[in-house]
Amino acid sequence: MIAEFGLAALWLAAALAAMQLVAGALVLRRDEPTLAALVRPAAVVQGLLAALSFGALFLLFVQTDLSVRLVAENSHTAKPMIFKIAGAWSNHEGSMLLWVAVMALAGALIALIEHRLPERTLLATLAAQAFVSLGFYAFLLVSSNPFERLSPAPPEGNGLNPLLQDVAAAYHPTTLYFGYVGLSVAFSFAVGALLTRQVTPDFARAMRPWVLGAWIFLTLGITAGSYWAYYELGWGGWWFWDPVENASLMPWLAATALLHSASVLAARDALRAWTIMLGVVAFSMSMIGTFLVRSGILTSVHAFAVDPERGSFILALLTLYIGSALTLFALRAGTVAEGERFSVTSREGALVVNNVALSAILAIVLVGTLYPLLTEAFGIKVSVGPPYFNPVSALFFLPMLVVLAIGPMLRWRRDSLGRVQNEAVLLGVIALLVLAGVWFNTSIGLLPLLGLALSVAVAVGSVLPLKGRSLRRLPLAVWGMVVAHFGIAVAMFGMSADSAFTKEKLVAATPGETVEVGPWKVTLETVEPVAGPNWTALEGVLVASYKGGKPKQIAPQSREFWSPVQKTSESALLTRWNGQLYAVLGEEIDGGRWQIRLWWKPFVTWIWYGGLLIGFGGFLALLGRVLGDLKRRNLQARIARRRRTAADEEQAA
Amino acid sequence: MSKLRWTLWVPLALFGAFFVLVASQLMNPASTTVESAMIGKPLPEFALKPANADRPGLATSDMRDGQPRLLNVFASWCVPCAAEAPQLSALERAGANIVGVAIRDRPEDVAMFLAQHGNPYSRIGADDLSEVQVGIGSSGVPETFVIDGKGIIRYQHIGDIRDQDVPMLLEKLKEAGL
Repeated sequence: MIAEFGLAALWLAAALAAMQLVAGALVLRRDEPTLAALVRPAAVVQGLLAALSFGALFLLFVQTDLSVRLVAENSHTAKPMIFKIAGAWSNHEGSMLLWVAVMALAGALIALIEHRLPERTLLATLAAQAFVSLGFYAFLLVSSNPFERLSPAPPEGNGLNPLLQDVAAAYHPTTLYFGYVGLSVAFSFAVGALLTRQVTPDFARAMRPWVLGAWIFLTLGITAGSYWAYYELGWGGWWFWDPVENASLMPWLAATALLHSASVLAARDALRAWTIMLGVVAFSMSMIGTFLVRSGILTSVHAFAVDPERGSFILALLTLYIGSALTLFALRAGTVAEGERFSVTSREGALVVNNVALSAILAIVLVGTLYPLLTEAFGIKVSVGPPYFNPVSALFFLPMLVVLAIGPMLRWRRDSLGRVQNEAVLLGVIALLVLAGVWFNTSIGLLPLLGLALSVAVAVGSVLPLKGRSLRRLPLAVWGMVVAHFGIAVAMFGMSADSAFTKEKLVAATPGETVEVGPWKVTLETVEPVAGPNWTALEGVLVASYKGGKPKQIAPQSREFWSPVQKTSESALLTRWNGQLYAVLGEEIDGGRWQIRLWWKPFVTWIWYGGLLIGFGGFLALLGRVLGDLKRRNLQARIARRRRTAADEEQAA
Repeated sequence: MSKLRWTLWVPLALFGAFFVLVASQLMNPASTTVESAMIGKPLPEFALKPANADRPGLATSDMRDGQPRLLNVFASWCVPCAAEAPQLSALERAGANIVGVAIRDRPEDVAMFLAQHGNPYSRIGADDLSEVQVGIGSSGVPETFVIDGKGIIRYQHIGDIRDQDVPMLLEKLKEAGL
């Protein structure tokens, strides 16, 4: 019953999306008040229905209703409840349903609260949103029905990939989806603005909270995903330039650029066509990312989501969306009037540098990700890895950091470097001091060295905009910028320190043996079998002491899941403020000796603390914008009320 | 501004290039089998010890006597190898000379496997470290190579031999000079 209800709700939602698209498009051609009145309610009801449909799937997974194919294939009665729930979106159909539900809810929210844009632009935006949604509805209903029944129902489900039985992994895809959906909203706003030629500061202000929200989710999703790969895969690395990681990084880069260019458009009415372009590109990157992951045309650690037929469907969808949006852009962008002008040394100038650098890095990552495909077309197999990505993207990233340290202190429109001379010299001296200090004490690579020096300078530079301002009266959005920029510095410091100072040891140890790695002394005590709810494991008990301090116990495991059968290694971590000890238990060799891999990774955790700070900065900015909007709206309502009362009084008089 | 109007089409053109690239890849999915780069080349030099007691081992020199052979890469622990055993026996009855390379196996397991599924091999070499397997460009078990009378690799069959493959392999043997 629940499954049929969910499917019915999905069909109805699709029908409403079709109505929303047609009505919105007709209103664009000529003014029809009756049709125009349909669009907003259609968006709201569509949102509710899509949410109900996902709710139905959620319930099916909670109950583990094995008569539904999707549940039978992806769940198991013996699985812990949290992973049963995660099963609702840890598969192709469920994740598509979640995507379309969140997208519909976003459309509903826009229909309910957005009154700043010209009505025609808003209706065009909602029509564009329905256009994107319809593709997903078609995809779900035609080729990936999540509510399909199985008859007879199997006695037991097929489990969930044990690699994904992990709390971080349960949430990381959803955060990325929220991010992608937010970018689809930005895309719709961009298309709506292009269709009605209303590329105004108001458009940027209406779009900005959505971009900010998407960007926060993407930031957190990437941070969580990177930490998951770090401790779950047991390779000790936190970023592999894997196609799927790149697929999440590219929308983030585009969204970061969009966020900054939208600020320029909102504040100064400049960079109009560029902002529109980025709105289209950001969503394109999330679609292309999804496509690369799902189609399996690139090999990756995320191969569990692969299916070539779905790949063709997503390719068709993304071609439809991106192709039509880019065609519209080519036809219309030339008619969008040029925005305000500004000088090179100005806040806008700095933000343009940021945008150019981010776009360049985006292009570098995209080319590196697609290059193996290109060479394969000519029969050559290559893989592109860190030796390409790290130095080439650093070429743009490091100069961007320099501008990041100075830019926020510049004034809008026109400024002179002389005004920020003292600050610039201070930051330069700090960077040089760090550089010299590290250079004379250790011998590390050039990139980590520059990274360390710049990260300290950026950390100081990021708080300089607070100088001379009343901290209590400072807008939340400025706090957000400061915190996010500081987070960049923290993450950068972690990355550089990890790549420069990591110590690694691979040993075959007998119980009782002590191994030294960096400042740590680690003793293998025992290796014992242990059992969990749906796995058994060998657990190595290690006792580690930092610089002869109080010993602490950690227990890495080599786990075997039994449904489906799969082996994973559960690394064990010992976290200090200044880094992590990372231990992996390997195989037993020639009776009684155990392979143990140990890393001491100084400041590695700062990478993720930085990621969290960046996300928190985004949250502060979003809060500031939303509260500001509410305040403005209240004020307007009060003014309107006062006018009405005045008019009433006049009439009465 | 109008002079630069054509630049507005650049994003669409780039996207078009992306589309052509991935669509062509989707249409011809990369083959998952790894073909040997050794076809048409002579066998590498090797001399393997016997893999079980009642057949001699296998060396490159054994395969330069003018007679073409099937070289079957197998293992007792490999399920498809058991599945292709009847087809190998059929090939042997049709006059094919079959030599085996047992991958990472133990003599007692090989003996058990042959007792159970029949022994079509004239010689079986034990390749305990997969050195010969890698040398001839095989990436899995079972695989079957056609070797001509001069010891040159003529053909590679990946995966188990099905019924319909038997005439095809006999044909390949004939081409190689049987």
